[in-house]
Amino acid sequence: MFRFVGDPIENMLGQERTDADVERLRDQLGLDDPFLLQYWNFLADAVQGNLGISFRQGRPVVEVLIERLPATLELAFISALFAILFGVLLGVYTAIRSKGWLTNLILTVSLVGVSLPTFLIGILLIYLFAVELGWLPSFGRGDTVQIGWWTTGLLTISGLKAIILPAITLGLYQMTLIMRLVRSEMSEVLNSDYIRFARARGLSERTINFKHALKNTLVPVITITGLQLGSIIAFAIVTETVFQWPGVGLLFIDSVQFVDIPVMAAYLMFISVMFVAINLIVDILYVIVDPRLRIEGAN
Amino acid sequence: MAMLDIKDLTIEYPDRHGVFQATKNVNLTVNRGEILGIVGESGAGKSTIGNAVMGLLQSPGRIGQGEVYLDETRLDTLPFEDMRKLRGKKIAMIFQDPMTSLNPLETVESQLVETIELHLKLGSAGARARAVSLLDQVGIPDPEQRISQYPHEFSGGMRQRVVIALALAAEPDVIIADEPTTALDVSIQAQILDLIRDLCREKNVGMILVTHDMGVISQTADRVAVMYRGKLVEIGDTKQITQNPQHEYTKALISAVPPSNMRIDRFQHVGFGKEGGGLKEFDLNNHWLGQGRSDEKGDAAILQIKDLNKVFKSTSGFLGSKGVETHAVRDVSFEVSTGQTFGIVGESGSGKSTIARLITGIHKPTSGQVVFEGLDLLARPKSRQDLLTKRQIQMIFQDPYSSLNPRMRVENIVAEPIIVNNLAGSRAEAISIARDLLQLVELDDTAGRRFPHAFSGGQRQRISIARALASRPRFLICDEPTSALDVSIQAQILNLLKDLQARLNLTLLFISHDLPVMRQMCDQIAVMRYGEIVETGDAEGIFVAPQHSYTQDLISLMPKFERLG
Repeated sequence: MFRFVGDPIENMLGQERTDADVERLRDQLGLDDPFLLQYWNFLADAVQGNLGISFRQGRPVVEVLIERLPATLELAFISALFAILFGVLLGVYTAIRSKGWLTNLILTVSLVGVSLPTFLIGILLIYLFAVELGWLPSFGRGDTVQIGWWTTGLLTISGLKAIILPAITLGLYQMTLIMRLVRSEMSEVLNSDYIRFARARGLSERTINFKHALKNTLVPVITITGLQLGSIIAFAIVTETVFQWPGVGLLFIDSVQFVDIPVMAAYLMFISVMFVAINLIVDILYVIVDPRLRIEGAN
Repeated sequence: MAMLDIKDLTIEYPDRHGVFQATKNVNLTVNRGEILGIVGESGAGKSTIGNAVMGLLQSPGRIGQGEVYLDETRLDTLPFEDMRKLRGKKIAMIFQDPMTSLNPLETVESQLVETIELHLKLGSAGARARAVSLLDQVGIPDPEQRISQYPHEFSGGMRQRVVIALALAAEPDVIIADEPTTALDVSIQAQILDLIRDLCREKNVGMILVTHDMGVISQTADRVAVMYRGKLVEIGDTKQITQNPQHEYTKALISAVPPSNMRIDRFQHVGFGKEGGGLKEFDLNNHWLGQGRSDEKGDAAILQIKDLNKVFKSTSGFLGSKGVETHAVRDVSFEVSTGQTFGIVGESGSGKSTIARLITGIHKPTSGQVVFEGLDLLARPKSRQDLLTKRQIQMIFQDPYSSLNPRMRVENIVAEPIIVNNLAGSRAEAISIARDLLQLVELDDTAGRRFPHAFSGGQRQRISIARALASRPRFLICDEPTSALDVSIQAQILNLLKDLQARLNLTLLFISHDLPVMRQMCDQIAVMRYGEIVETGDAEGIFVAPQHSYTQDLISLMPKFERLG
């Protein structure tokens, strides 16, 4: 199957190479072993925490990934925060005021968020805020601060400015999705019997909307949102490319171009682990929010 | 002066075609400690009155005309916030379905305390103490412990008690109860009605009891208002309304209620401005429907059920925790004689519908035998004749709204079994037979060309019956065929089933929770509880001299609506 993606040796050695160099390197990397043996070696190393050596950089893959990870996680975290905060707020607003010009405006604009592709939104934002207005940087991560092995851009002004556009680009689609989900769930909950009964007991609209209705709305919203957070990390590839954000997504794209197979494999494994971990957290949250599940589990 | 005074109330729902009046010039009064029943069929506007009094009309509904007074306060013109403060404090409401009227994510305590603190200045300890005493008053055992539970940990009847406790939280003057027992089983219904009646007397609360059930009204209400299409047609003492109704509609309504104390052949006067008519005459000897039909009658058993068992297993959970087994049907045996109606009665969860599904093969039994005309229905059919025999069992479902394909024309729905089973020479012939069947169930000539949504619930149930007849069945299973319908429509459908049974020599398996209906329909009755048959016998015998203690309880608890002579 490596034949389909090209020969990494071609890229690793320059023009000035001898056949002996090629053979030596190929043997050193184990690329001349049979496919099954290579796979076995990969698995055996992987369970011991060794994901191989990057063909491009010549350093252990784990080290390369860990170095890039904070950038991606910070970007994903900020954009998820943005998506959830505004998604829920706007969703609740449009559900409570189901008829109003602002609701209609929000819903119309949200259609744009759903239908425009991520890279186009990114480019439009760069054009408006970086090129025309010059308020925000168009690429990179700004200044970073080192805390142990973690580098953070959230503690410097330039780092904070740099994360705004990529976070919006990455989170916009999720935000509109969460908003529409919250809106439809909440309108359904607001028509339910227990909300009518709460009104009949004279509870104030605020208690009804935010105590009784919102919590019930969140039960199904948590599932979808959790799944979406997984895809925020996965979709970061496109955003990171557009903004030249030095995260794992950009690393992956570079590795694809360079046929850096160990890095690609490690990245894909990392994404899978993230998905599984997020789903686990979602399931636990579910139990915390919904008492009906707690009893089921106790039996 | 009356405590609650509704004067000349007209409620309007504007829509594209103009303004629909849900109620027209209704006058009602309720006194302290009095229960006023409002009775009527669906669409009569009875629930709307309650919502209007509460100031909770659903948009775009509005009060077009009239006044509502509670003591000296005029309610209908109060600003929203002032009205909100009266809700729960002066007027409270009880809803129909206890399963959906409590917030599933909050404990009973939090919902009670929240309401009490809102209306009474008791402090949080005082509010909790009051919450516990309320639960005690509505008859919930162990209120100290149970108050911290979530709604799903209560049974349906217990939840309705919690709802009543919530309604009583701030000692209201008036309670509006909208079908408070319709979703409950007979034995629970009797308890809740007793509770409501006692609380009204004890706390001197006025109540509007909205219901479609004449039995509930006649046992609970002091006075009754009868509504028909938004108009108040008659109001009077309960005894006068039930024994000596004056208005034609009241008479028709009362004659459509299955009496609990006797069996009548047919329901009379069921057509007050509604659908219905006589059966269309067919010569069955020449018609398709009459072919392949025998007129044999008698004691020969058409269906035999022996030692039937069904165990449902819930799938095992995460980390191999064991799944829960539910024994839905346990060692059930009975026989149904040709041409008779065999009834299975029981409360929800008794396994009566599961039996219907086992016979029709929707579920597979865990063990036991089902023999229809000598054919073992659980065995794989060996010949085309076996398949033909199986097809003679047909089913009519409870909910006429979800059992018809909304995208098919009615005549195609009815013709489908004929075409699929090759019972007619051609498609055109099948359609023409379908039209005849629709006439047989008293639908007009144009019915076949329309789609199901154009029909009312009763008409849809007629379509379901026509579809069941399209396979030329000898055996019809009716699973709660009328429990989603109004009483007058129920009477028509029951009449229709009786007529069809007589003309086509059908055998019926009739499943219901409604004892008075069973008394009208069945020759034999089996009483079920927790998946077991506790008593089987002749229908009149069961009602007159029930043997098993559970049957005796059921019969003593059923809402009695007795007819003289």
